[in-house]
Amino acid sequence: MSILIDKSTRVVTQGITGKTGQFHTRGCRDYAFGRQCFVAGVNPKKAGEDFEGIPIFASVREAKRQTGVNASVIYVPPAGAADAIWEAVEAELDLVICITEGIPVRDMVVVRDRMRKANSRTILVGPNCPGVITPEEIKIGIMPGHIHRKGRIGVVSRSGTLTYEAVGQLTEMGLGQSSAVGIGGDPVNGLKHVDVLRLFNEDPQTDAVIMIGEIGGGDEEVAAAWAKDNMRKPVVGFIAGITAPPGKRMGHAGAIISGGKGTAQEKLDALEAAGIRTTKNPSELGALLKSVL
Amino acid sequence: MKIHEYQGKEILRRYSVPVPRGEAAFSVDEALAVARRLGGPVWVVKAQIHAGGRGKGGGVKLARSLEEVRSRAQEILGMQLVTHQTGPQGQPVRRLLIEEGADIRKELYVGMVVDRATQKVCLMASSEGGMDIEEVAAHAPQKIHRLSIDPVAGLAAADCDVIARAIGIPEASLPQARAALLGLYRAFWETDASLAEINPLVLTGDGRVVALDAKFNFDSNALFRHPEIVALRDLDEEDPAEIEASKFDLSYIQLDGNIGCLVNGAGLAMATMDTIKLYGGSPANFLDVGGGATAEKVTEAFKLMLRSANLKAILVNIFGGIMKCDTIAEGVIAASRAVHLSVPLVVRMKGTNESLGRQLLAESGLPIISAETMAEAAQRVVQATHAATR
Repeated sequence: MSILIDKSTRVVTQGITGKTGQFHTRGCRDYAFGRQCFVAGVNPKKAGEDFEGIPIFASVREAKRQTGVNASVIYVPPAGAADAIWEAVEAELDLVICITEGIPVRDMVVVRDRMRKANSRTILVGPNCPGVITPEEIKIGIMPGHIHRKGRIGVVSRSGTLTYEAVGQLTEMGLGQSSAVGIGGDPVNGLKHVDVLRLFNEDPQTDAVIMIGEIGGGDEEVAAAWAKDNMRKPVVGFIAGITAPPGKRMGHAGAIISGGKGTAQEKLDALEAAGIRTTKNPSELGALLKSVL
Repeated sequence: MKIHEYQGKEILRRYSVPVPRGEAAFSVDEALAVARRLGGPVWVVKAQIHAGGRGKGGGVKLARSLEEVRSRAQEILGMQLVTHQTGPQGQPVRRLLIEEGADIRKELYVGMVVDRATQKVCLMASSEGGMDIEEVAAHAPQKIHRLSIDPVAGLAAADCDVIARAIGIPEASLPQARAALLGLYRAFWETDASLAEINPLVLTGDGRVVALDAKFNFDSNALFRHPEIVALRDLDEEDPAEIEASKFDLSYIQLDGNIGCLVNGAGLAMATMDTIKLYGGSPANFLDVGGGATAEKVTEAFKLMLRSANLKAILVNIFGGIMKCDTIAEGVIAASRAVHLSVPLVVRMKGTNESLGRQLLAESGLPIISAETMAEAAQRVVQATHAATR
């Protein structure tokens, strides 16, 4: 097992005809069981055509009806991305992974509100995230598949390349991953650290978790507080941005220390207080995880 | 994106939030002309820079005659205004706002942000206006009233009244306060603001509710649908290096250390800075080169870093997942040659074709120091900095 996705997941790609969508759809299709998992694309203007053998439908609903997809991945440009999320939610998919970077915050506020009011059961990952991978089964997103190995460590992170860094260290130490989840760097998003910890906690194939956070907001603190009382598996953590000055947005829309809140030190303290071992040296994440097994 | 107070007040005016009569002035003569148009007896001469704390820094002065308007304007225009937000070097004042004076009975605070936890716009209000809301939050958190706003229903008039009463608006002035809050919310929502603050919102002697200040930040992801906001951008208020960086799609922030960093990905970039600090060094910048570390982008990034007189060494840390390390190596070599790089360069690459990439660096004939891990790279670059300083 794993969390969120495995080789039985069937995926529709929203934005399959754009340059980014095409490039990463190829990468995902060529990874492990990708050929059986990536079964549909969406573009209302190109319905009936195909992308290298993957049929294109007019809508997510139509793709679901004809191919039985239960998940979607979104590469639609920022201006239309929130609508694309809503289309997937309305089609009642189980999972929507939104890769798109640069979606206006207001659009996300509106779509998250609609999801809550509709009591939607659809899980949203992202936006502005690398996606989710269950190594040697399926990758949905833009991460390099080859650095991953199948195994029993869960990884959850707000950033892309920093996640790859952690995964790379694990793989080099012979520690494979059950699933790796990039929840994204935007202030208004879907799954949060705490949600992913919950999933790893319930996953019999996961023995321990690396949680990577960064400055801004209070999500890591919420996750730590929950883990203290509920997590039955060891968790280790790293928080990026100890050197970040207040008031400056460090690349990610969510990575900003405002009003003295959301500092790396506050988050590290919260993690430690919850029994989560942390390191200030990101090169030691793999070794730290190994030490708690 | 930030704007000036006078621009923020124009937005508020459009949304029927009462603001003092006033106009921007770019010279002493203009300041006098505005003052004459407004009429006396009291004017306020306000420095327009993007940083807060202008009053304490001496950038806001009262004037009781046209002669005083002239002398105040002369004092403030061109001054290097230092506030807690500008850094010790301060920010030159190039624009003024000349306003009518207000008869202040009470100073209040209202602000709006998107709350990440509730994923809604949050209205914050306090009876403690005129000081930093962070200060109030630290010392008297019970004096901050919060309200989450439903994105479909919007801000309800009844909720405005509850908040207004809570911060001490008298019954007779409730309709005015309601209009101000509703206007502020509509302005925030419709312009895709990420922060809107009126501090202070004042109650005047005759019971009017007036916005004496206006601070807006806008969501940069939404600027594509707000050309009217983009038009308000004042490049003089932004770091020239950051402006240059944005032209090349580089995310760059100048810091005060001496080790330049070039990294792909915001999280990894922060982690690289942290590692440099951990080994006793000090990062000169945050720089996320994004997905494609091409020769052109790396060259521009090097040029940006080399603008800093402090720069003693550069660390390149690229996790080449989809990008191949040999391609990155070629980019780094070409960039080093293009800028005739004279400071030590440490390169750490990870991912596809790692060894081929390292081989290219070694064979380039350039004095590039290779490292395997982030920690090793940070140690090496710190060492190189010390050697360069000696």
